[in-house]
Amino acid sequence: MRIDKDLVAASATPLVLGILADGELYGYAILKRVSELSGGRMEWTDGMLYPLLHRLERLGYLSASWGTSEIGRRRKHYAISPAGRDALMQRQEQWTVVADALRQVWQSTQQPPAAVEGWA
Amino acid sequence: MMATHAELEARISDWRGYVLRRQAISAGDVDELEDHLRDQVADLQATGLDDEEAFLIGIKRLGNLDAVSREFAREHSERLWKQLVLVPEASQGASPWPWRELSVVLALAVGAGVAVKAGLTWFDADTFARNLALLVVPFVGAYFVWKRRLTVRQTAALLGPLVVLAVVANVYPFDQGGSTDVLVALHAPVVMWLLAGLAYVGLRWRSDGRRMDFVRFTGELVIYVALLALGGGVLVGLTVAVMQLVGTDAEPLVARWVLPFAVPGAVVVAAWLVEAKKDVVENIAPVLTRIFTPLTIVMLLAVLGALAAAGGLVEVDRDLLILMDAILVLVVGLLLYSISARDPLAPPGLFDALQLALVAAALAVDVVMLAAMVTRIAELGSSPNKVAALGLNLLLLVHLGRAAWLTGGFVRRRRAFGTLERWQTRYLPVYALWAAVVVLAFPPLFRFV
Repeated sequence: MRIDKDLVAASATPLVLGILADGELYGYAILKRVSELSGGRMEWTDGMLYPLLHRLERLGYLSASWGTSEIGRRRKHYAISPAGRDALMQRQEQWTVVADALRQVWQSTQQPPAAVEGWA
Repeated sequence: MMATHAELEARISDWRGYVLRRQAISAGDVDELEDHLRDQVADLQATGLDDEEAFLIGIKRLGNLDAVSREFAREHSERLWKQLVLVPEASQGASPWPWRELSVVLALAVGAGVAVKAGLTWFDADTFARNLALLVVPFVGAYFVWKRRLTVRQTAALLGPLVVLAVVANVYPFDQGGSTDVLVALHAPVVMWLLAGLAYVGLRWRSDGRRMDFVRFTGELVIYVALLALGGGVLVGLTVAVMQLVGTDAEPLVARWVLPFAVPGAVVVAAWLVEAKKDVVENIAPVLTRIFTPLTIVMLLAVLGALAAAGGLVEVDRDLLILMDAILVLVVGLLLYSISARDPLAPPGLFDALQLALVAAALAVDVVMLAAMVTRIAELGSSPNKVAALGLNLLLLVHLGRAAWLTGGFVRRRRAFGTLERWQTRYLPVYALWAAVVVLAFPPLFRFV
């Protein structure tokens, strides 16, 4: 299943913040986690993750530090900041509202005839 | 096996060089992307793919380099600064009219010169001073209207305030040599510059990034005009000296014909140079701010010391207060320019602490000035000059106070640099609005004295 581009863009920030809320990670590991969480159904253009991470860093939601990987390669790690946790909490509330509204819409579209007849 | 890995290394190194050529992607970003690519390749190899296949799939997953680079540029507009103009020029290659932009610029430069010369010929000195910005800035604005391809409707939206300003500057019955006359002459350029800024950002004035670009543009423009003035001054000076030796006095000619065309022309040409050749000065900007920030701190401290030594602030005379306002405006300009030239992702360092010291010193000067002004107004009553100065000082107090607070937070790593940046760009229009109030409302309020 291919997920709509706008939906991916809208969910990227809360997903990244949520994943980093569990602990500091580097870019590739974040993407692996996204793929794991969605059962491989959410595919991001890998390169687009980095401008997003930099934007979140500039907004103060993340802090970044250079470290080295197991085999000694330069690697940039990202950790969530207190401001990032606040932002994450706000996003969670927003998404809960959206998800809740959507769920109700899905339910009502599943049995619409009865409801319509009731009104008629 | 070794040989194929060598081939993979060669391909990764080629790819690296290729990505590095994108100006929006810095070397650090390429390191980060390379780390990603190598992880991806290793994982793909683990599933049984060979080097070649793993590399190709890894590259493909990274995405279209143009799109990724555009995304990086959007995020790092200070890097984009270099790229903005150079890319379209390079991609157009053989433009059908290679001289078109230059001829537009030269025509506008001559236009500004003619306007100023006409103003000098027909207006008296006071009227000319009120109209000066109206005679020059529209030509800079017109260049951006042309360059950004604004629609007729957008251009009309810019022309409206321009007409209002022209009417006010010329229809209000100012008293000869009154203060509102001088205030309008001082504040009209600020309003005009806001209009030029609107043209510069292509009317996308809500964007913080574009506003920052305009701040950058203004800073570079000042540098270019200074360079042009320096070169022009040397040229004119040498010519006049030679003329004098052979018995011709060229000075009146220079004063009446060369300067009225050269000075406004230089402003228009400088605007074009900044737009076209950004990267020439770009490397100077951070150096200049680093040199002048400490020097300005010393200057502010000297001024504070002198004020303290002078004792009674009520005796501090009006000219001094006006001069001090000029100094504070200069400090704000320097602050803005340093912020615009800084890499927003760099961690706080010594220079940021220096900047905090600069803002703190400016705040101290501002508070002293405000105290002096309030005392003056309480003792001697209000006048248009005092109210205008008081208003400006209050605006500066809010600007500097919040900037100090945010810089302090950034230096102590409590805040991101972005919030400091946003505060500057969000606050800027307030100055133009205040200038508009001074221009439009002050003369009638104070009965044109």
